[in-house]
Amino acid sequence: MFRPRIAFAAKTVAAILLTSAAIPSNAAEFRFAGPLDAYTLDPHAISNTLVFAVLRNVYEPLVERGPDLSLQPVLATEWSQVDPLTWEFKLRQGVTYSNGNSFNADDVVFSFERAKKGGMASHLAGVAQIEKVDDFTVRFISEKTNPILPNQIVNWFMMDQEWAVENGAEEPGKADNSTEGFANRNTMGTGSYVISARDPGVKTEFTANPDWWGEIGGNIDHAIFYVIANPSTRVSALISGEVQMIDGVPPQDTQRIEETEGLKIAATPDLRTVYLQPDVARDTLIHGGGAESNPFKDKRVRQAMQLAIDTKAIQQRIMRGYATPVGLPIAKEVEGSTEELSTPVAPDLERAQALMQEAGYGDGFAVTLDCTNDRFMNDEATCIAIGSFLSQINIQVTPRTQATSRWAQQINPPGYDTSFAMLSYSPNTYDAHQFLTGLAETRDPEGGRGVFNIGGYSNPEIDRLATEIGAETDPEKRSALMTEALTILKEDAAYIPIHQLQILWGLKEGVEVVQLADLAYPLAWFTVPE
Amino acid sequence: MILHAVERVLQTILVLLVISFVAFMLIATLGDPLGVLLPPDATMAERNALIARLSLDQPLMQRFLSFLGGIVQGDFGLSYRTQEEVGGMILERLPATAELAIASLVITILIAIPAGILCGVRPKALVSRVIMFVSIAGITLPNFVVGILLIAVFSVQLGWLPSFGRGQTVSIGGLETGLLTWSGWRAIILPAITLAAFQMTFVIRMLRTQLMEVGQSEHIRFARARGLSEARIWFVYAIRNALLPTVTMLGLQLGNIIAFSVVTESVFAWPGLGSLFLQSVQAADIPVIAIYLIFVGAVYMLINLAVELSYPLIDPRLKRRGA
Repeated sequence: MFRPRIAFAAKTVAAILLTSAAIPSNAAEFRFAGPLDAYTLDPHAISNTLVFAVLRNVYEPLVERGPDLSLQPVLATEWSQVDPLTWEFKLRQGVTYSNGNSFNADDVVFSFERAKKGGMASHLAGVAQIEKVDDFTVRFISEKTNPILPNQIVNWFMMDQEWAVENGAEEPGKADNSTEGFANRNTMGTGSYVISARDPGVKTEFTANPDWWGEIGGNIDHAIFYVIANPSTRVSALISGEVQMIDGVPPQDTQRIEETEGLKIAATPDLRTVYLQPDVARDTLIHGGGAESNPFKDKRVRQAMQLAIDTKAIQQRIMRGYATPVGLPIAKEVEGSTEELSTPVAPDLERAQALMQEAGYGDGFAVTLDCTNDRFMNDEATCIAIGSFLSQINIQVTPRTQATSRWAQQINPPGYDTSFAMLSYSPNTYDAHQFLTGLAETRDPEGGRGVFNIGGYSNPEIDRLATEIGAETDPEKRSALMTEALTILKEDAAYIPIHQLQILWGLKEGVEVVQLADLAYPLAWFTVPE
Repeated sequence: MILHAVERVLQTILVLLVISFVAFMLIATLGDPLGVLLPPDATMAERNALIARLSLDQPLMQRFLSFLGGIVQGDFGLSYRTQEEVGGMILERLPATAELAIASLVITILIAIPAGILCGVRPKALVSRVIMFVSIAGITLPNFVVGILLIAVFSVQLGWLPSFGRGQTVSIGGLETGLLTWSGWRAIILPAITLAAFQMTFVIRMLRTQLMEVGQSEHIRFARARGLSEARIWFVYAIRNALLPTVTMLGLQLGNIIAFSVVTESVFAWPGLGSLFLQSVQAADIPVIAIYLIFVGAVYMLINLAVELSYPLIDPRLKRRGA
């Protein structure tokens, strides 16, 4: 009983030693680590940046954003709006999946039907159907005119229909399925890499796809992505050389990494922007006191708060330089923002105090600020700092920091149980319209508008502009309308911007990477020293 | 004896039921899975559809009963976060945690029992004093600090051992083990020591106190009066008496190690149950958290039961009393 087992084990060990010896010595291997794993490998199950970040190496969309954020052809070679309701995409010919099947219009239609049933259906919202014109031409028919459709589908990946049907994976993974979907752990895409091994929550291995239609710009043949949740262990793994890159460097460790011989930091702006939103809907403060009515309804109070918070100091002291103060609750790269609007409001304590006096709140009031403590870089410290800035204008802020899931349960719809919250937002369309409809329009749960307008801000002007933008087909006019709406938002100070976050990676000297604002790991563009 | 065992088993089942209920109630108020599952621009209709799909709109008691019904039939549900089967997820992560627990238990036994005996037999010797002094560190330093210190010294400074992960694993009969590869052995050393640090201190201190107490007791004094050799007195008569509480302790500690390896696993990115638990808590992944809590409760109860049923083997007096 015992002996054969040992013999088997010995054989397995020998097999492993042989396999590792079989890897050619000139193959460039890249080992990197991040704090979280992609929840699933199913491209249509959930709308999640991390899932997209990992999967974009394996699956491909029709169009994607290049390093300069412009739209680049991938599985579509050209696209145009043939009439107000129709977009036509010409597909790339001669593309095969890693099982040898070729990519064609049927896969696009299939991937559309499949994605519509999953957690990322909102990326395709408004698309009524996709028609196959011929094997390499498809038409998207929208319910109403949609000038930014190509921007919305950069994370919508194409899956091989035959493979999905063969393996019973026609439906995306869902939490209420009774069995696990096949595509949850298995992939079949047209991308530059294939996933050669995966241990969920532990590591994912990528191997270059020899039959990829494109040209790998970097030199990585094999990559291993490790999940290391603890930030100090992640930094240790980089310093000890076990990995060549880490994602999510804690700002307090950036100096240590920069000072270590052979290591460097790479930073780039993240689209995610942190902002504060006071409750302006209710008549009283539900979490606070010291005021008869809700002081946040007074625009002067909100403006005073904006003037009292020194975002530059937060950037330098708390974020150690790795953040960009902004003038809007959306990033400066987003369509609709301008140089002028994205310039942060300069702090002016005297004017802030004067505004508070003028509004009749010279003696201040008390309020609880709802924040997360595990969502993004130094969120808890930022929250506490905001409290001390606001105490200068006699607003006694009690920071309540919680884990994201609890925080979300409290402040999210339908309860909106907060008087003052620190929030963050990242537009996956790189366009301000999504922010306006989802976060700034008057709450209308039935119509799906303003659902995540946590503070209940309501301005008929914004509602009107948002509707108008939705119907405008001329890109320039559209952009001008969005700028108009954002100007009103900045003046109203119902959204108090703090800063735009940055993506912080620690790298081994000699490793060249491309950082994208959507947090992706585009392995095909990375180079490691051989 | 048999009656006693049956009684204990029935008690265990009852306690497990209570644990399931408490676990379910705890997680029902833990957080909002919708916040994680829904995209930020979801409409109210999408939201309501998801609530209905996850039956979050059902009364609590009904949800508990269907949850319990599923467990009894061996259906542990699907994870909200990864859409994998929860039973499979737990099974996949169990070997890593079990290996770590056993390795740390072995380290504890190999180091702490001789050290504890030494400190008990020769409490005034210099070595004993040094051991007692060092063991204060084991009690006062939090687990994660020990882990980070070990990584700083052995991984970053010296570069001898890996700072994270489990190394290369080999599959045997469907279970992954890291104990058959060189990298697996290297990877387990630091986390096992970290996890053992606290138990070692505990065992050393306990054995020492026990032995010093037993050393004062009458039967030892009589043995000494009859002229038996010191070695025979300690190793044949004293230690046997001191060992019983220590075995109980070690048994309970094994449960603790499995239940509280969360911190160590997170520091070393050790892919065990603890890491799974943390990842699930962050995402409010209720099905996984619930099954994990019940599973840990069950392990704890079973170890307790085994320890209790093994007493008569160590202490014949109990056998006579029970019969």
